[in-house]
Amino acid sequence: MSKKTNKLEAINLDAYYGDFHALKNINIGMEEKAVTAFIGPSGCGKSTFLRTFNRMNDYIDGFKVEGQILLDGKDIYQKNIRVDELRKEVGMVFQKPNPFPKSIFENVVYGLKIQGIKKKSVLEEAAETSLKRAALWDEVKDKLHKSALALSGGQQQRLCIARALAISPSVLLMDEPASALDPISTAKVEELIYELKTDYTIVIVTHNMQQAGRVSDHTAFFYMGELVEFNKTKTMFTSPKDERTQNYITGRFG
Amino acid sequence: MTNSDINRLKDKAFQVFGIFCTFIGLVVLAVFLFDIIAEGIARIDWDFLTSLPSRRASRAGILTAWVGTLWILVLTTIIAFPLGVAAGVYLEEYGKKNKMANFLEINIANLAGVPSIIYGLLGLEVFVRQMRLGGSLLAGALTLSLLILPIIIVTTREAIKAVPRSIRDGSYALGASKWQTVWNQVLPASFGGILTGIILALSRAVGEAAPLIVIGALAYVPFTPSTPMDEFTVLPIQIFNWTSRPQEAFLTNAAAAIIILLIITFLLNGIAVYLRNKQQKKVKW
Amino acid sequence: MRVSEKVIEGLLWLAAVITILITAGIIWVLLSESISFFRVVSLAEFLTEKEWTPLFADKKFGIMPLVAGTLLTTGVAIAVALPIGLTIAVYLNEYAHATLKQVVKPLLEVLATIPTVVYGFFALTVVTPFLQQFIPSLAGFNALSAGIVMGIMIIPMISSLSEDAISSVPRSLREAAYGMGSTRLQTSFGVMVPAASSGIIVSVILAISRAVGETMIVAVAAGQQPRLTLNPLVPIETITTYIVQVSLGDVPQGSLEYKTIFAAGITLFVFTFALNNLSFWIKKKYQEKYD
Repeated sequence: MSKKTNKLEAINLDAYYGDFHALKNINIGMEEKAVTAFIGPSGCGKSTFLRTFNRMNDYIDGFKVEGQILLDGKDIYQKNIRVDELRKEVGMVFQKPNPFPKSIFENVVYGLKIQGIKKKSVLEEAAETSLKRAALWDEVKDKLHKSALALSGGQQQRLCIARALAISPSVLLMDEPASALDPISTAKVEELIYELKTDYTIVIVTHNMQQAGRVSDHTAFFYMGELVEFNKTKTMFTSPKDERTQNYITGRFG
Repeated sequence: MTNSDINRLKDKAFQVFGIFCTFIGLVVLAVFLFDIIAEGIARIDWDFLTSLPSRRASRAGILTAWVGTLWILVLTTIIAFPLGVAAGVYLEEYGKKNKMANFLEINIANLAGVPSIIYGLLGLEVFVRQMRLGGSLLAGALTLSLLILPIIIVTTREAIKAVPRSIRDGSYALGASKWQTVWNQVLPASFGGILTGIILALSRAVGEAAPLIVIGALAYVPFTPSTPMDEFTVLPIQIFNWTSRPQEAFLTNAAAAIIILLIITFLLNGIAVYLRNKQQKKVKW
Repeated sequence: MRVSEKVIEGLLWLAAVITILITAGIIWVLLSESISFFRVVSLAEFLTEKEWTPLFADKKFGIMPLVAGTLLTTGVAIAVALPIGLTIAVYLNEYAHATLKQVVKPLLEVLATIPTVVYGFFALTVVTPFLQQFIPSLAGFNALSAGIVMGIMIIPMISSLSEDAISSVPRSLREAAYGMGSTRLQTSFGVMVPAASSGIIVSVILAISRAVGETMIVAVAAGQQPRLTLNPLVPIETITTYIVQVSLGDVPQGSLEYKTIFAAGITLFVFTFALNNLSFWIKKKYQEKYD
């Protein structure tokens, strides 16, 4: 498909919640420093799939994965993989902004602090860099030590992005990052995603087709736990191959 | 009178009865407090608070009793706080939903219903005799710690449960381990609720007399305790002792001591209620 | 880091497991001392003998008088607390303004926070002299005053738990009753109370369990005379009072008298354990029904 290498790859991936077969034999590769969007109706497995890349599903009772997820060619479900190391490499932003009930500064440097970094100058520099990268610095530089909960929803979400960037991951997972935001904040977040892809491999789950069209290079359509179609976003939206994809993107269901 | 009229009359009658019942408890409470204050307030002075016990009612004070109560409160907090919070954290964050967890849960509910005097028998055999602590402050504090442990565990769990899933997810996603997440996010966010539970538990402990009598706390202690291994008495036991004497003067002493005990109890409960309200007013997640 | 995670989890686990050790400790302590008691006194004598005089020269070891004393004070307490508590629950739910409810509920809870020795003082010095004006034959120590005061203490237990049970009855049920022209009273006792009956029963069982184990009120106000009677006007002795009485005295460790408090203790434990588990069982059954 392209000369670029695959940063993330799923090979023959099946996932289960107890008896429920949530993901069925998924095979997909995601390009480095590009944006891949997962679309599909609610319950199609797109969020579950996203969460396998940083193993956020590990804490769910009865969740089981078969097959392989490769990050830079290495299977992240191998026994010798440390989940905390994996998550430094693969950052995540959630659907609802979830700042910690602490100051803005404490939020941004949390990931560094738990790695044992205590030096104030290092933390301050990281906070500034990350907040600038997340296009939030100008708005918060005077109130870094105020509570993060006082920020607006859109600012909170960009803070969560800054927080994820602070530990310098190479992959950024975004689970419907704009679904709880107003249109202006959404536009800001989308703009940010576009800028971030020069340095990061981004995977974004969205149920907003226009958003997928605006921000992503590739799009994968999921339906009932299956990967129905995966292609360049332009191709997908103009000439879908599968009838189900066509029905979905033309708004006939979902 | 029609059937419907009778029904309406009955309805009104019950309403009056309802008001009566709702306020009878409060009226009794008011009468009671008034009676105690009327009887005891004049007896409270500096001497009463700073005098050792005496066989003469007019010379007897509550120094050893309130110092003992203070000791017991501090020691019980030191023992029960880490233990109860740790158990609550384990059950809420670590324990899997299996038979063992279910058993632990039923067991804790059961412990909460065990009469306090039974804890006294446990303390008497285990702490006083087996561990040879005698009727010391330490034995008393250990006994009361076991007694209030279920309260602390249950309130800790409730406080932890109120911390939203998304906060934990955010922490894990940044590479935090389970304990880092609990220590840096879950416990600070639930601290207000946990503190409320501890204070409520302590207000329960401060009024307990029965288990301490069983482990051998004495009514007459001539000196204030200075180490955890010393013999002791507490306010409720002092009150019990004075109440059981026939002379009117000792009843007055008892009433005065009750005022002090109630002040401590209401103060603790007031702090707990204040913390809880403050917690509820905090920014919604 | 992984090792420290495991160590911490282990420590937390230990704290949780201590709760099991407490239960095991209680059962072990009560059983081991009682067993050596029952080597001397037969279980048949313990259960059928009508007198309890372990501290006298002529020793008799019948638990029945202590059980009777306990049931008597408990009975009086429930007779006071159940009608008042349930009426409060219905009144607050169906009649009172939300603001009144918000004010009254925490005020009633104050009743439950007062140390029980204080209630004992109240029973002895206020309630008994007051009742003696109407019942001249009332003794200075009696089950009636102790029971009434204990009842006042457990009112909030019944009113709060019952109120929770009643307010968790689905709205639709209440609206259906009003829709058919029922008065508030008919709705309450015809629909709401029956629908919440299991929750109300649980509250009463827990209140009974609390009253059975209550110590200081009865130790102060009910007397220390084990007596097989249902007359609330005379001094009696409860199981808990007996344990306090022996603890205050100079009974040598390891003697038969010393062991009697454990035999009395295990009797008390069996009662409260059975009541508590009955309440869990009802609660569980009830939850399954509504889910």
